[in-house]
Amino acid sequence: MALKGLDIFKLSPKTNCKECGCPTCMAFCMKVAQGAVPIEKCPHMSADALALLSDQTAPPMKTVELGNYKLGGETVMFRHEKTFVSHTLYGVFTCDGLDAAENEKRIADMQKVDYDRIGEHMTVETLYVNHSDKKSADDYLALVEKAKASGRVLILSVKDPAIAEKAVAAAAPCAFVLNGATKENFEEMNRIATAANAPLGVFGENLDDLYDLVTKLEGLGNKNLILNVSCDSIKNAFADAVKIRRAALKNNDRPFGYPTIVNLHKIARDDKHMQAALASLFTARYGSIVIFDEMDYAKALPLYGLRQNLFTDPQKPMKVEPGIYPLNGAGPDDICAVTVDFALTYFVVSGEIERSGVPCNLIISDAGGYSVLTAWAAGKFSASSIAKTLEELGVNEKIRNRTLLLPGKVAVLKGEVEAKLPDWKIEIAPREAVQLVKYLKDR
Amino acid sequence: MPFTDKPQVFTSKIREFSFGTDGRELKLGGYNTYPLYTFDAATANPPRIGVLISDQGYDRTVPGFEALYGDCNDVPEMAKKAAALPGADFVCLELDGADPNGKNRSCDELAALVKAVYEAIDKPLAVMGCKNVEKDTELFQKVADVMQGKKILLLSCREENYKTVAASSVLAYGQTLGAESAVDINLAKQLNVLLSQMGTPEDSTVMNLGCAAAGYGFEYLASTTERVKAAALTQNDESLQMPVITEIGDDAWSVKEALLEEADAPEWGSREERGIQMEIVTASAALASGSDALLLKHPESVKTLSELIAGLM
Repeated sequence: MALKGLDIFKLSPKTNCKECGCPTCMAFCMKVAQGAVPIEKCPHMSADALALLSDQTAPPMKTVELGNYKLGGETVMFRHEKTFVSHTLYGVFTCDGLDAAENEKRIADMQKVDYDRIGEHMTVETLYVNHSDKKSADDYLALVEKAKASGRVLILSVKDPAIAEKAVAAAAPCAFVLNGATKENFEEMNRIATAANAPLGVFGENLDDLYDLVTKLEGLGNKNLILNVSCDSIKNAFADAVKIRRAALKNNDRPFGYPTIVNLHKIARDDKHMQAALASLFTARYGSIVIFDEMDYAKALPLYGLRQNLFTDPQKPMKVEPGIYPLNGAGPDDICAVTVDFALTYFVVSGEIERSGVPCNLIISDAGGYSVLTAWAAGKFSASSIAKTLEELGVNEKIRNRTLLLPGKVAVLKGEVEAKLPDWKIEIAPREAVQLVKYLKDR
Repeated sequence: MPFTDKPQVFTSKIREFSFGTDGRELKLGGYNTYPLYTFDAATANPPRIGVLISDQGYDRTVPGFEALYGDCNDVPEMAKKAAALPGADFVCLELDGADPNGKNRSCDELAALVKAVYEAIDKPLAVMGCKNVEKDTELFQKVADVMQGKKILLLSCREENYKTVAASSVLAYGQTLGAESAVDINLAKQLNVLLSQMGTPEDSTVMNLGCAAAGYGFEYLASTTERVKAAALTQNDESLQMPVITEIGDDAWSVKEALLEEADAPEWGSREERGIQMEIVTASAALASGSDALLLKHPESVKTLSELIAGLM
């Protein structure tokens, strides 16, 4: 039975010292009760209270830190129930059993994917470094060295403890996962991972086996684990990912409260289109790290876009930076159009303007991330806010053209905008973005 | 210690919907687990794939479309090729040419084309309008009349024209109907309620909740679909138990990532490859959130998604 915030509050120091990051002890206890923060965040909780509470209030899914990234820590099965907190990380598969040239190509191709999208930097975060049992320790260490130079988080996939020990030493100071605990080697692997303070990746032959192994590792005091889903078939991989997450979040079954790895190299080897399909499936459904054979822009553009969409907080709208966005090669002599900073509005409007082929300076105004009508109703998109945006962005100096298109939905603002911007010619654009192509071509 | 899984099998069901007759019947829905959770209970009908073709032909600059349709003389021949694609369950003919702001083709002419397409293929047929509400209302009436008794799927009626379309297509001519709303669970529910108040049989409609390409507000579609399925299954909301059909191909192939020529974005690589993967990624995510039928364009996307679905069943 989960504890209520008030029960926890009774045991708290009640000093409102704010050291936990919450404004009051009560606020902190409420968050602990929801599983949003661990009780250990309070430095002043008495040892007795901690012992009593830590087990019962531990978040259902642990947060595993991996270099600068966080995995897990989810509290809901569907994003509309609250939000997803740690987005899926992607990685590329390399192996000492592959040609050296092939490994180098995969690393080089992966590094080309490097761009910004709505305030987020998109790169391949991890590199999977697999050891084939047909190869020697030296072969593997050579690959680890190469992988290290990429600067990514390494996933060292090796099941021989003697080689693992050397690989771990070679990988430092890179952040890495030691991915190789099985029921045969777990005590040794646990020792190596714990000594290096790295997460340990766990393999089971099936979910029973995996569950048993996690229980044993937790018994040894290791709670810094990542679980490998079965990769023998699409059906089993999907079933594992769902069952593991559901056990942790819905049924409070603690041993499965860890992030997962899905290795698409094993499920759909060298089939790039099936890997794209599966990556999308596991981004939506409970894969914490997804590994591909290769990454290029064709795969990255839709996949990172999808990930950015699914892992936004439904309570906070996605925003783009206010600014002047020249489209279709627009310059100082081309017309301007203004709209709000709600990301969806920006994408739809800029997409339609691009389709029209007409050069246009799209001016994005700070409207709190609301859509046009909502922002207008909330007073965040008005004649004065538009005039202020133009001034702050220096539009008068940067652009010579004096025609400004106003969204059709706020046609009512025309008079006021004209009063605020006397040297501008204000035109009313259509109400819907889809009508922009025809409008821009015909005007 | 063994792991104890707790399957989620509901007493409520996604309603079974079927379209097509004469030995080419296709069923959607009919399951009582979360979508794709086949490990909780067997799924009656797997998600299906419809191949999109248009009366306005195809994009000749994409080699995959050219290879497939290049030697076709007319739209019925294209339909035949589309229906024969590995993984294709049905064909969806888009009547873009009806648009009064475009070609403005007459309803009689297009209804005759629908008939010709139906006769050319051996799979069920869905017909999509031009998205101009007035024209579609008239168009669907003609098409429903010409195709009487064939139980084709008309996509889609909206709140603005549901009365005429439902009366003239479903009630008078026995066709089935998509109910389209703009990515919002309440709007979807309202339209379903209005349709059932008119006496439209509930097993003759599917929901079209809208679409968005990956990266372009897809979270709205994902959450709307997930909430619809949750309401249908966990709360037994009968007005949200219709299967969901999602148009993917047109949206995926009209975003910048799929349109920009290689010359304008050399680091992005082949345009066709970008289009295919945009379509595959969007479709797979729609499938994950609960779509029961996907409308796709490229043969490679059709093949990949059908293999993914087979792998999950």
